[in-house]
Amino acid sequence: MGEFIRALITVLIAFAALGALLGSLYWLSGRLPKQWQEGARYWVFMLPATVAVVIGLLVPALRTIYLSFRNDSGNSFVGIDNYQTIFSNTGTRLTVFNSMAWVIVGTAFTVVVGLAVARFADNVRGEKAFKTAIFLPGAISLVGAGVTWLFVYAGPPFDNGLLNAITGAIPGLPADMGGNGDRLWVLERGFGGFDPPDSAPGFNTFLLIVIFIWTQAGFATVIFSAALKGVPDDLIEAAKVDGATDRQVFYKVMLPYIQTTVITVATTITFAGLKAFDIVAATTGGRFGTSTIANEFYVTTFVQGRGGLGSALAVLLFALVIPIIYLNRRAQKRAEEMVGA
Amino acid sequence: MSTTSGTDVDPFADQDMVDHAVTGDVDPTGHKKRSTGATVSRALGTKAGMIIVTVLAVLWTIPTFGVFISSFRPEADVKGSGWWTFFSDPDVTLDNYRAVLSSGAGNDDLWKYLQNSFIITVPAVMLSVGLALLAAYALSWIEFRGREWMFVAIVALLMVPLQMALVPILQLFSGGAHIGTVTIFPDLDLTGTYLGVWIAHTIFGMPFCVFILKNFVGALPRDIIEAAKIDGAGHMTIFFRLIVPLSVPAIASLTIFQFMWIWNDYLIALIYAGQDKAPITRQLATLTGTRGQSWHLLTAAGMVAMVVPIAVFFALQRYFVRGLLAGAVKG
Repeated sequence: MGEFIRALITVLIAFAALGALLGSLYWLSGRLPKQWQEGARYWVFMLPATVAVVIGLLVPALRTIYLSFRNDSGNSFVGIDNYQTIFSNTGTRLTVFNSMAWVIVGTAFTVVVGLAVARFADNVRGEKAFKTAIFLPGAISLVGAGVTWLFVYAGPPFDNGLLNAITGAIPGLPADMGGNGDRLWVLERGFGGFDPPDSAPGFNTFLLIVIFIWTQAGFATVIFSAALKGVPDDLIEAAKVDGATDRQVFYKVMLPYIQTTVITVATTITFAGLKAFDIVAATTGGRFGTSTIANEFYVTTFVQGRGGLGSALAVLLFALVIPIIYLNRRAQKRAEEMVGA
Repeated sequence: MSTTSGTDVDPFADQDMVDHAVTGDVDPTGHKKRSTGATVSRALGTKAGMIIVTVLAVLWTIPTFGVFISSFRPEADVKGSGWWTFFSDPDVTLDNYRAVLSSGAGNDDLWKYLQNSFIITVPAVMLSVGLALLAAYALSWIEFRGREWMFVAIVALLMVPLQMALVPILQLFSGGAHIGTVTIFPDLDLTGTYLGVWIAHTIFGMPFCVFILKNFVGALPRDIIEAAKIDGAGHMTIFFRLIVPLSVPAIASLTIFQFMWIWNDYLIALIYAGQDKAPITRQLATLTGTRGQSWHLLTAAGMVAMVVPIAVFFALQRYFVRGLLAGAVKG
């Protein structure tokens, strides 16, 4: 309880100090010559947010770019060495490919599941229950999600994993696909006789992506549902009068109508997949070839203390955001033109 | 940001839409439906569709349900057999919860970390939402050349992954900033303090909060604000007497959204909070590392960590969904 009281006092002092500062600045703005008052007041209101984004985001981001061209202790310029290291080192190159797998596979499946639930659960009995079931994993933390799935993927020495129970019960399934019910799912990279090369995502990475899809599908469902409900009745009616089947109505009328929404959701999930850290950290910690760029950034910077390489990984993460934004804008524009036509 | 506006949704425009986004039929574009009644069957559900949805819903529920059941099973059962055997051989205990919630040697004392989560989350939410509301007002209603440009710049920062800023902020917290011998930012020794974590969350949440609140505050009716100005009200009066009360719907959903985001955060807490000020997410992650063999405790700890966000979700679902619809992008 002592901790709580101390924190409360800190909050009160911090808030009072902030309030006093802004209040007195506002009062001072009233003492200025008339023509400057409005501008001064603008800056009083903008001050905290501006300080937060300039000192907290803009300058640090520029500094990270600067640090990415310096050595790990930051005391000498090394050019693009850190970036070369990322792509020449098998371990870090793997994290780049793993992140791509997260982005592509994670986004694709999340969108498909979201569309499927939005399409088939709308206007049926039990709609709310279905959607709540899909949405609930999105409310818990990604760490919690990782822990939850550890119980699905558990293997020897424990005999409590759900996936092993399922694959073990399938007759004739090869041992390396879990046929004996004793597979170490998140530890083994190979699957079904296929061993991925060192710099390619292993099967276990896709098992982690499943957790990601599980957490994101609810978000996609909610947004898609709202969008599908916005498709005007008369469009659907007209298509049906023309003899379109339900399937055709969905693919030819409703899906094109909501395509900007689909692009928006896909972009959002892409960003989330690119920054995948919590799930990896809580399940494998990035071992067994499952590390992603975001996880590698953490390990490199804060565990290994390699500031230069870590900064380069952060910049790479940012660099990968840019083409996604570009593709998103282009797709949005095309979609708008199509709807307009 | 274009990625967000692409939904053509103004979730604040229509309360009904929010109420029904999950459940009922509503037109998110705000247009009245052109045909009335249930003449058009909008349900595209076939039998196959129903099966697909049912299978997905079951698949989506099972992992959490398994942890829930496991958390009430004795240690030997949890380690020795799957949770589904519970139904043929029910054996209920609260020992796992007792172990993770009590303090003392060998126990996890998760109450402490739950308390830390509250101490981190509540002020961080208040700071980020409150300060963003001030900015939203200035950006919308105080005449200033370049304010549009500033809004665009702030929203553009949504694209910057927080990994880009983690290390420099940490350096600022633990050593200040200096050019040569000149100190341009003092060493405030904020690492491992609650104040440091609050500031970090406020910083990282700021572009999103400003984006959401500016869109709402900027859309308030001009007449009301002009009338107040004519009556001689200053900006402070307009802000506290008009903007704050009128923005309650937006503030509510943003607050819930920020609450969930900060409560569920792991990375920021990992870097800026010390171990003794760690929130529950971080402690849960620690448990998976150090206690990989203590499955029975992990079940109860997992449930304890989930209970607050799940409760918030069920209690305030409509606000949460509204927040989701309002800003499909979070930095």
